[in-house]
Amino acid sequence: MAKVTFDEERCKGCGLCETVCPKQIIALSKEKINLKGYHPAVITDQEKCIACAFCATMCPDTVITVEK
Amino acid sequence: MVVFEKTKGLTDNQLHYCPGCTHGVIHRLVAETLEELGVTGKTIGIASVGCSVFSYNYFNCDMIQAAHGRAPAVATGAKRANPDNVVFTYQGDGDLAAIGTAETVHSAARGENITVIFVNNAIYGMTGGQMAPTTLPNQVTQTSPYGRDVTVVGYPVKVCEMLSQIDGATYLERVAVNNVKNIRKAKQAIKKAFQNQIEGKGFSLVEVLSTCPTNWGLTPKAALKWLDENMETYYPLGVYKDKYKEEK
Repeated sequence: MAKVTFDEERCKGCGLCETVCPKQIIALSKEKINLKGYHPAVITDQEKCIACAFCATMCPDTVITVEK
Repeated sequence: MVVFEKTKGLTDNQLHYCPGCTHGVIHRLVAETLEELGVTGKTIGIASVGCSVFSYNYFNCDMIQAAHGRAPAVATGAKRANPDNVVFTYQGDGDLAAIGTAETVHSAARGENITVIFVNNAIYGMTGGQMAPTTLPNQVTQTSPYGRDVTVVGYPVKVCEMLSQIDGATYLERVAVNNVKNIRKAKQAIKKAFQNQIEGKGFSLVEVLSTCPTNWGLTPKAALKWLDENMETYYPLGVYKDKYKEEK
C-alpha cells in the first residue's frame, strides 16, 4: 500500500505539493503548527494515494518520502 | 519499496529559502544527479553570491564560495588544477548575467570543461527584489515601480541565446521547474551537463527558470503560473546548442 510521510519540521507550508497531487489528498494542516511556525502539509486520505511521488518531486524542501 | 526519498547528495540542513522558492527543487536535482553518477565524493561545487550563497551548506560535496560573479573563474582554476574532479557552479541571474557576464562568456569561449547551473528568476532575490538584467519588459520590481522601461534600461539578457553563438560552448539548454513534467526534463538536462563534463566534452550550461514568490509578490502557486505565462514566452525552453548531437 502506498505510504507518504512528511518530515513536518522541514515543511514551510508553501502548498506546492497540494497543487500537483492528482488525487487532491494533500492539505495544509489546520491543527498542527511546526517549530518554524508554519502549518505543515498532511495527507487527508492515505487510502487514495497512488504513490506517483508528484508531491515529492515538486517539494522544494525535500520534506516528503514516498513508499509503496 | 521506497519510491522517493531525500537524496544523499544533500545534507540534512534545512534550506533557508523562502516558502515555495524553487531553488530547493534545483538543489535537489543537482544533488540527485551527483549521487546517481556516483561522483559526490569527487565533486567541487562553486557557490555564488545571491540567495544561493549558502548552497555550500546544502550540497554534500566540497564547496568553494566565490566572489560575486566570479564562480566560473574559480571553477576554471579548480578544474584545471584537478582535472579528474567534477566541478560545477551554481549561480543566480544577478551573479551570472550581471556582474559575472564577462566570466561566463569567457569561460564558455575558452571551452572550459565545467558545468554551470544558472538559476534565472528575473529579479534580484537576496537584496530585496530589485530589477535584474533578466527582468522582463514591463515587469514591476522595487527599482522599476512602473514596470521595466526598455527605452531607458534596455532589454533583458538572454543567456542561452547569447552563448549559443560562442564556438567554445558545448551544451546549452533552458529548462523550467514549474511543474512535474518540466522538473523531469530539467533533471535530464542537468544530468547531461554533468555527463558532458565527465566525458571531457567541454562547457555545459543549464539555465533553469525559477520562481521568486516573495519578490514577485505572489503566492507560491501563483508564482508557478506566472512563470508559465510570462517567463516561458520571453525565455523559450529548449536546447540551444548541443555540439555532439550535430556531429552524429
